[in-house]
Amino acid sequence: MNSNRRSFLKFGLAGAAVVGGLSQLLKISPHEFNERVTRKLLGAGRLAPTFARDKAREPKENGGVGLDEEAGDWSLKIEAPGLATRTMSIDEVKALPRVEMTTELMCIEGWSEVVHWTGTPLRHIAPPNAPEYVSLATPDESYYVGLDLESALHPQTLLAWEMNGQPLSSEHGAPLRLVIPVKYGIKNIKRVGSIGFSPERPKDYWAERGYDWYSGL
Amino acid sequence: MTQDSKVKHPLAIRWFHWLNFPLLSLMIWSGLLIYWANDSIFAFPEWFYERTHLGFRLAEGMSYHFLLMWLFALNGVCYVSYTIVSGEWRELVPGKGALRQAFQVVLHDLGIRKEPLPEAKFNAAQQIAYTGVVVMGLGSLLSGLAIYRPIQLSFITQALGGYTTARFIHFALTVGYVGFFFMHVGQVIKAGWPNFRAMVTGHE
Repeated sequence: MNSNRRSFLKFGLAGAAVVGGLSQLLKISPHEFNERVTRKLLGAGRLAPTFARDKAREPKENGGVGLDEEAGDWSLKIEAPGLATRTMSIDEVKALPRVEMTTELMCIEGWSEVVHWTGTPLRHIAPPNAPEYVSLATPDESYYVGLDLESALHPQTLLAWEMNGQPLSSEHGAPLRLVIPVKYGIKNIKRVGSIGFSPERPKDYWAERGYDWYSGL
Repeated sequence: MTQDSKVKHPLAIRWFHWLNFPLLSLMIWSGLLIYWANDSIFAFPEWFYERTHLGFRLAEGMSYHFLLMWLFALNGVCYVSYTIVSGEWRELVPGKGALRQAFQVVLHDLGIRKEPLPEAKFNAAQQIAYTGVVVMGLGSLLSGLAIYRPIQLSFITQALGGYTTARFIHFALTVGYVGFFFMHVGQVIKAGWPNFRAMVTGHE
């Protein structure tokens, strides 16, 4: 067999090995690996860029899961290991230190919108020495997200009650929603009914549907 | 042609080249699975997504894209490092007057200019194309990082003009690869079998 034929044969075998290897590789979910790498290299601590107030626009009303029931007699339930479950009324939440910011809401679909928010940093309701994870759910518990503590305690992670200077509409999560600019929109849960702090990684609506649990930006 | 005849393309370069082909193809495919979810830059017709089964697969697309990106980037870094260390870059990077020479290559290829091209491993048009596509690769890497971690790497995102612009750049470069692919394959067919064989066996 001349060297040319041999070379092409080797090329064919190497090509089959590459294609076989890649098709096996595609069965791996890279999300946890990428989470470890990017958290180690980049963390989640950097502040999201802020924009001038007049750049703010009305975002799309994506995501209606958990919003079927009207808020009605809403209260916020807070659970943490070793502590009695607390409840807060909307007025008690609004009495916490008030923050306004204009940040970019980034949807996992690939669009983004600059929005002006009014709320209070989530870290004001976190217990001291909070465990590693935070979970949030709508009052009917049909939509739920899990967060790592670092992102949950980020200074721009807000429990917000106003969007673009107006009280939240029902579609945008009245009376209280999460705004977390270091995560994709799917983590910005609307109509938060309960918040839990836990040492175990909480379940997450979209992670159960194949998306990255971490979904950091 | 014997076994010890001079190698035109080193084994390493042939590996990088032929690994890049499936990797870039899969990056474009998984990229389209993601792009479908917000096709604001160019709206492909519905039948396109249906025929190609590219629709309703955002989660899958992100999963594939963020896995293969490591291999695609690694292969590119290895290729560029190899060309630097081996000195192969001297054949690949366009020199002075490359634009004028490349214009002559185009005239030659179109049959307008009859004089033969100067003898060289790669002509000026090839040098511009092969170096340009590597610069495009760097652009894809940077614009990709800019939309992958737009907050933690916000300095890249801001430098590229913001999230939406970085996403546009990332898409436009992909259109560029598709253009490169058709040009490249056309030229390879035109150059003939021994030229193609050299990219497989190393020998012309």
